[in-house]
Amino acid sequence: MKPAVLTGEYFMTGDVACAEGAMAAGCLFFGGYPITPATEIAEHMSGRLPDVGGTYIQMEDEIAAIASVLGASWAGVKSMTATSGPGFSLMMENLGLGICTETPCVIVNVQRGGPSTGLPTMGAQSDMMQARWGSHGDYEIIVMSPSSCQEIFYQTITAFNLSEAYRIPVVIMTDEIIGHMSEKVIIPRAKEIQTVSRVKPKGKKENFKPFKPGPNGVAPMPAAGEGYNVHVTGLTHDEKGYPAMAVEAQEEMMKRLIGKVRNNLDDIIKTEGYLLEDAEIVIVSYGVSARTSFAAVGEARAMGIKAGLLRLITIWPFPEEQIKELAEKVKGFITVEINLGQIHREVQRCVGYRTPAYLVGHHGGTVITPDQVLSVLKEAF
Amino acid sequence: MTETKNKETTKIDVVVTGFGGQGIVLTGRILGKAAALGDHKESTLVQSYGPESRGGACSAQVVISDNTIHYPYIKFPDILVCMSQSGYEKYIGQLKEGGELLIDQDLVRPGKEAGEIWYSIPATRMAEELGRKMMANIIMLGFFTAITKAVSLDSARNAVVGSVPKGTEEMNLKAFTKGCDYGLATLKGLEKKAAGRTGAIL
Repeated sequence: MKPAVLTGEYFMTGDVACAEGAMAAGCLFFGGYPITPATEIAEHMSGRLPDVGGTYIQMEDEIAAIASVLGASWAGVKSMTATSGPGFSLMMENLGLGICTETPCVIVNVQRGGPSTGLPTMGAQSDMMQARWGSHGDYEIIVMSPSSCQEIFYQTITAFNLSEAYRIPVVIMTDEIIGHMSEKVIIPRAKEIQTVSRVKPKGKKENFKPFKPGPNGVAPMPAAGEGYNVHVTGLTHDEKGYPAMAVEAQEEMMKRLIGKVRNNLDDIIKTEGYLLEDAEIVIVSYGVSARTSFAAVGEARAMGIKAGLLRLITIWPFPEEQIKELAEKVKGFITVEINLGQIHREVQRCVGYRTPAYLVGHHGGTVITPDQVLSVLKEAF
Repeated sequence: MTETKNKETTKIDVVVTGFGGQGIVLTGRILGKAAALGDHKESTLVQSYGPESRGGACSAQVVISDNTIHYPYIKFPDILVCMSQSGYEKYIGQLKEGGELLIDQDLVRPGKEAGEIWYSIPATRMAEELGRKMMANIIMLGFFTAITKAVSLDSARNAVVGSVPKGTEEMNLKAFTKGCDYGLATLKGLEKKAAGRTGAIL
């Protein structure tokens, strides 16, 4: 056995840092299907997991991959998969199953250009709305986006922690650029890493209710084989887990599924502000585009333009209140993302008619340059 | 929400170009590693990915900085390393004024646009003489380290050892040293020439 936390200083890719973060979080199962540009996560996990007592399975496709991840989670281990656009599309149905059955797991989407098979080796950020609404039905989900190799290491740990705490699938939306670029990554000592594991039921095994929420709205979760009888279904179910085709049951279940996220926004939502105090124009960005935006803000400031950056670390639930607050005091917004206006639409919705909101978008396949942001910045304001 | 301060100041932008298979990406990786782990600076590497890294025009972009690197792509390199004519032609126009050009002299024929000074080494030929053509990139890296001093010698050597396949470390270090010595001799030659010029009676 080798240590799960490889304490030390490395020069590694975002994909490898993601895999190492997963193992530092206690992940012991990876079920996947290789796809550019997420293959390196699967490849690294396949090498490392057996050494830390975990299991790696390459399934026949992405539908089976996420099914295996949900199953592994119900078997009691922290589990994950990693994919890109086409595989993410195939995972949508079972992502909904994970939401409905409140199954903790982490799904990584290393985004490439789409739609369809699109641009396999080239980056994009065009699955951001799919991550929110891709599965059918009404639901809440937690989605995060890292901007560096170091951040994806920690963010993967956070993703596992949130997923375990709230019994919910958590999605990391990274991109080909962060996935394949190399940077310094510092892996701390194991005892410095905070991990969260799902609350297990205690007490009587008879008449156990696997979906009866605890005080924080989340039900303790047993693993298969521990003696607690569980019934796990994607049908609307009662606290016992049995199908209940009734309006009341639907209402109760949905309130729980939605409430877990909506009642804990302060705990879930993370953002980073850069020169926001006196900013007149706020750039909203995330992932690799936030790096472009950092550089653009620096150049804008040098030219005397009071720009600032709101970097979204959590994408969903969306930091609405923060953007609404900013909209009261700034002259305008620019959203920078490698798609044609997905998060921009959210920013527009929050800003309303208070100030103008512009988009610096791209069809995909490359990063947005600081110059492109600057030209809109100068033209629009 | 956390607030961060703008810290970006000095940085060196390096572009390495050549054909896929020459070890261009590995050269970039060793360089980035040397800067990050050996010299304790920040560094980023973005690279060709896909078919071009397996035979076509291939490039690696390395940014080295004392501070946080936000945008990892390079528009105007400070240092351009060319191991193919097509790589040279693609990037020479972007080399910063006063920037340094390093070439494999048997593979690249610089034109007028290269200016008056560049640094050349027969890296591939030297590697062939060593019996390992594939180590041309490591010879170039040694040459690069001596000429540009963008990374320290020790860091570069350690990064080479930590990045090449097990069992080939010694051979690669030998290649690195060859390139490095060639670079130091080149610099000495230039120094002498410069000193000679100042003393010359016109």
